[in-house]
Amino acid sequence: MSWVDILYNVIRESMWFAIPLLIIALGGMFSEKSGVVNIALEGIMIIGGFCSIYFIKIMQAPGGPNLNPHLLLLIAGVIAVGAGMLFSALLAFSAINLKANQTIGGTALNLMAAPLVIFIARSINEESSSIQFNKGVFFIEKVPLLGDIPIIGDIFFQKVHIMVYVGILILVAATIVINKTRFGMRLSACGEHPQAADSVGVNVYKMRWSGVLISGALAGLGGLVYTIASSVSFNGDVAGYGFLALAVMIFGQWKPTRILLAALFFGLTKAFSIKYTIIPGLASLPLQHFFNMLPYILTMVALVLTSRKSRAPKAEGIPYDAGQR
Amino acid sequence: MRKFFRELGQAFARPFTKDFWVSGWNKFRLGFKALFTKAFWRAFLLKPATGNLIASIVAILGGLLLGFIIMLITRPSAAFRGLGMLFGGWLAAPTAGLKGIGNWIYYSGPLMLCGLAVGFAFKTGLFNIGATGQFTVGMLAALIVGITCPFLGPFHWFFAILAGALAGALWGFFPGFFKAYFNVNEVITCIMFNYIGMYLVNWILLANDPLLYSITNNNRSVTVAASAFTPTLGLRTIFPGSAVDIGFLVAILMAILMHIILNKTTFGYELKACGFNRNASKYGGINEKRGMMMSLIIAGALAGLGGALFILASGAYNSGTHYEAANVLLGTGFKGISVALLGMSNPLGIILSTFFITFIQQAGLFMTALRYKVEIIDIIIATIIYFSALVLFVRIIVQQLATKRTLPGGPKAKRLWRLFGVRQGPTTAAETPEPTENSEKEGKP
Repeated sequence: MSWVDILYNVIRESMWFAIPLLIIALGGMFSEKSGVVNIALEGIMIIGGFCSIYFIKIMQAPGGPNLNPHLLLLIAGVIAVGAGMLFSALLAFSAINLKANQTIGGTALNLMAAPLVIFIARSINEESSSIQFNKGVFFIEKVPLLGDIPIIGDIFFQKVHIMVYVGILILVAATIVINKTRFGMRLSACGEHPQAADSVGVNVYKMRWSGVLISGALAGLGGLVYTIASSVSFNGDVAGYGFLALAVMIFGQWKPTRILLAALFFGLTKAFSIKYTIIPGLASLPLQHFFNMLPYILTMVALVLTSRKSRAPKAEGIPYDAGQR
Repeated sequence: MRKFFRELGQAFARPFTKDFWVSGWNKFRLGFKALFTKAFWRAFLLKPATGNLIASIVAILGGLLLGFIIMLITRPSAAFRGLGMLFGGWLAAPTAGLKGIGNWIYYSGPLMLCGLAVGFAFKTGLFNIGATGQFTVGMLAALIVGITCPFLGPFHWFFAILAGALAGALWGFFPGFFKAYFNVNEVITCIMFNYIGMYLVNWILLANDPLLYSITNNNRSVTVAASAFTPTLGLRTIFPGSAVDIGFLVAILMAILMHIILNKTTFGYELKACGFNRNASKYGGINEKRGMMMSLIIAGALAGLGGALFILASGAYNSGTHYEAANVLLGTGFKGISVALLGMSNPLGIILSTFFITFIQQAGLFMTALRYKVEIIDIIIATIIYFSALVLFVRIIVQQLATKRTLPGGPKAKRLWRLFGVRQGPTTAAETPEPTENSEKEGKP
């Protein structure tokens, strides 16, 4: 393999890791901007991934409807969004209406998600809890025309799946919504000073509910994208991606564009830890375990370097109490 | 330091003084009389601790109810027998008996220590989600000492668990340090160090294949030297065939120690003060950076101790004795979160909640005979935690019942609905959240 091929390979691989992280971290951002710490991202991912992958499995079963794979993936995405929203409603209800501790509520949902999907999977299918699906059909070998553009075509329009573009769309939409729309401003106000927002007629409960539901939708979708990118089966586990997304979000300082950079950074280290064997000279080193640790160590370093001047939404983690001044 | 040990000594020496028993008897006498007064019960219901206890019980009942509903849906014919298992029916199963009870006690040891690791940090305002990493690292240290240092003779096992505690403390130090000096959220650091610890442990084990690890022999860690196994104190003659050892005694001792540190010493008071309000405690002359670090170091040591007891127990066939280096985080640390939250982070409450959770987990093993999947137990536990997060809500209801301001279903039931955000009005003091629930605010970087 030439150096150029290796480079493209690593960049493509890092996109497979970065896109789900980006989607989930943006979800976490919406929730935190509204003032609710969503530590349940991991659990929501598992639920979203499970529902959509199970749907894909049913549709791909022999004799099933022969849908266009890209259309199938999009429908599965809608299902993942719905499932994620439904599950995140549990967090919203406890954290917003019942004023429960958001960390505890989120942790409970994390603890619940994995056994729930494994239980359902094993109840449906006696022998195994893993759901197999055909991953290959989702990949676009080369987008016509656009794939021929040098460099950009090689990176973005060859060997990708459609969710990469969905992720980029979500990024653009999130940037506009947070920075340019009335809804985004009000959402941020509820995370900074909910009493002040309430005093000018913003319904804090409604805003926080929408923040959590959006995060649930994106995290659910992220669960699907992660599974499509990383595996050929779903085992009720997303390898801590929900938590990593939280780190990416903090590293990205609750700003969409910075979150993109943080996700790319993390994706690159992760891709490197997997693809280092194709890089001449590194393959022979006995460093496989070190490269496994590397993404986490580098994230830690990045957090240490940026956290001092970090600015989290002021009211995040605090249940809204109208009587408090 | 000297002050701390003096206070600790005083707390431990209390039960040996005459005054303790005299005043204890008087309290008991007066308390018994008070049981018949209305004022006592009202004050009792108003206590936050009572609300917590009632909330825990409500949460447990809610979780069990959900488990029962799931059983009814998936396999109705055995649902009632399944529920019976959860309430202790497994003790009567022919394969359980004393062996089952012994294993139940054994599993409680490491889990209780993980629960303490989470609960102790939670009491000081920090969320230690890194118990898994600390547990794994402690396990590795105990394994290394247990294999390489048989020259320590009869104290071998003691040094092995000490090594485990120290390694766990080191792994707790990092989140504390980064939190105190770099303002990095401890939740994120803990999660990162879970993964770093897991990969590091796997690296060290796999790199020392014949010495510490054996891929050829069932792909698991080597058994420690016989002198490194924790003593069983003859408990296995009482519970034959089980893996019971002194682990649960160590854990209970640690729980009592943590209770005393938190409630009877200046050091513990300072740690709690840091958790309530970092800035106020700094203003009050407490070294709040050291406080946060110490809190996580102690928490890490507890989890590391749990890991050591896990690997040093002989004959624990299902969980313990051996470790398999898969790239998966161990579940015990996360179960510790459940235990701590159900025990309301109170060290003595954690003793009870651990025994409860391992009890229904044992029940789950026997429920597979009824063709229920064992994951149902984890669903029930998670539901319990979810409900116990609603503690504030239950506490408010209890307090309103006690002050008779609102009765459910009465004309004033509207007040309850206000909690659901239907209509907002001026709130009373009872509805203001506890300071602990607010302390996360300080924790954000």
